[in-house]
Amino acid sequence: MNAPPSSAGSSRPEPSLRVEDLAFAYPDGHQALFGVDLRIEQGERVALLGPNGAGKTTLVLHLNGILRAGRGSVTVAGLPVDRAHLQEVRRRVGIVFQDPDDQLFMPTVGEDVAFGPRNLGLPEAEVAARVAAALDQVGMTGSADRPPHHLSFGQRRRVAVATVLSMHPEVLVLDEPSSNLDPAGRRELAEVLQALPVTMLMVTHDLPYALQLCPRSVVLDGGIVVADGPTRELLADTELLARHRLELPYGFDPANVP
Amino acid sequence: MGAGHGGVLGAAYVAGDSPAHRLEPHLKLVAVLGFALVVVATPVHAPWAWAAYGGYLALVLGVAAVAGVRPGRLARGLVVEVPFVVFALLLPVVARGPRVDVLGLSLSESGLAAAGGLLAKATLSVLAATVLAATTQPRELVRGLERLRLPSVLVQILMFMFRYADVVGGELRRMRVARESRGFRGRHVGALRVLGPAAGSLFIRSYERGERVHLAMLSRGYTGRMPSGPAAVVPAQAWLTALALPLAAGAVLASGLLLG
Repeated sequence: MNAPPSSAGSSRPEPSLRVEDLAFAYPDGHQALFGVDLRIEQGERVALLGPNGAGKTTLVLHLNGILRAGRGSVTVAGLPVDRAHLQEVRRRVGIVFQDPDDQLFMPTVGEDVAFGPRNLGLPEAEVAARVAAALDQVGMTGSADRPPHHLSFGQRRRVAVATVLSMHPEVLVLDEPSSNLDPAGRRELAEVLQALPVTMLMVTHDLPYALQLCPRSVVLDGGIVVADGPTRELLADTELLARHRLELPYGFDPANVP
Repeated sequence: MGAGHGGVLGAAYVAGDSPAHRLEPHLKLVAVLGFALVVVATPVHAPWAWAAYGGYLALVLGVAAVAGVRPGRLARGLVVEVPFVVFALLLPVVARGPRVDVLGLSLSESGLAAAGGLLAKATLSVLAATVLAATTQPRELVRGLERLRLPSVLVQILMFMFRYADVVGGELRRMRVARESRGFRGRHVGALRVLGPAAGSLFIRSYERGERVHLAMLSRGYTGRMPSGPAAVVPAQAWLTALALPLAAGAVLASGLLLG
């Protein structure tokens, strides 16, 4: 059952994430994905762009096996996403959901960050070490005993990132990380994300944020990948953006950003 | 709402550092449960019953004093008892048996005794529970229940209730503000046509949030069991301290049974 990690047969290391010809229809018949191909190498930071209803969330829920592929396959660092590997896949793919109140369900921040590692059955000393390290990575050291509802929204978002970092994921998947943040919270989160040494897939409508954080972008629309390339080039293609209902903020020129 | 930083459910807690605050939550739960059992086990119709109630009351008030819970806080805790009071007031009127005249009303004797006993027992139990709530954080209480091996599903429901009461309360408040900002006044019967759907949509929102939370839990390897941290070892001394209340109440009951 344990699939060997190197089935690609090439000298390149296994990509963190490989999605091949993924198609999916919801039980009510609505087809959301029509054959998505995506390959993300280790350490890459990729933005997943697309209008509402493009299938972004559906794709994300396939990455850790919440939804099961109708056709095609998903592998995470060589491990196929299927029933037999579900627990390990969920360790490798850390999803940070959009509303931190959905993600932070335990009574205190510390217990919440410990939730994943404890589900992995790690010894308590290791759990404590991971909680401390994850909170440190997001700049929230010393908040372990605070209840989540006492934190500001930006702090809750960063703690939500810590809750998956404590599982030492192979890929960090962020769903609209900048939504509802004030400019300072946005910048603080960007600093945190930039310092993380993990592969990252960021689902967002926030094109400047994608440009700031992700050298590469993928545009998903109508359930297929319609563009894949350097973020700056994609954002400079006004025709492409217009075709897929993507819009830059007023006055923003991707060519003039450092 | 408006309950300050502790949130809706945290409002019952009174911060402090008394021996009652320091006890492990599951010990306190056992103590309060034991006390309530002794109180309920006291025979209503025994001639010494009221002396026993007095003894129990002295015990509870003593514990409250040690815990630093003010009388005002105790009185507010008694509000939950109001439905029982209504029922107790009805009992002497509806019960059968020999009757006595009180203030021109013909009341049942046994009904009076039963109502008095009911009131006394409910009040004593609620007082003890109030002291527990005032000295224990809600999440500590949940942890205590977990430690006492309450079924995991029930513990999780309680935990989520505590975590999300403020979130749902906030949603309710925002919906109200949005209604009233457009000139809505909920003072007449017609308002129900607005409030009904509002309650419905709050239910749907909460249901959907529940699904999203479950998704977030699955994504972090949740398998149906809530992983908890290491449990602290409880010294025998702490057990003795906690059980002092039910044991003393038991002594009152025993002396009543033997001497009365």
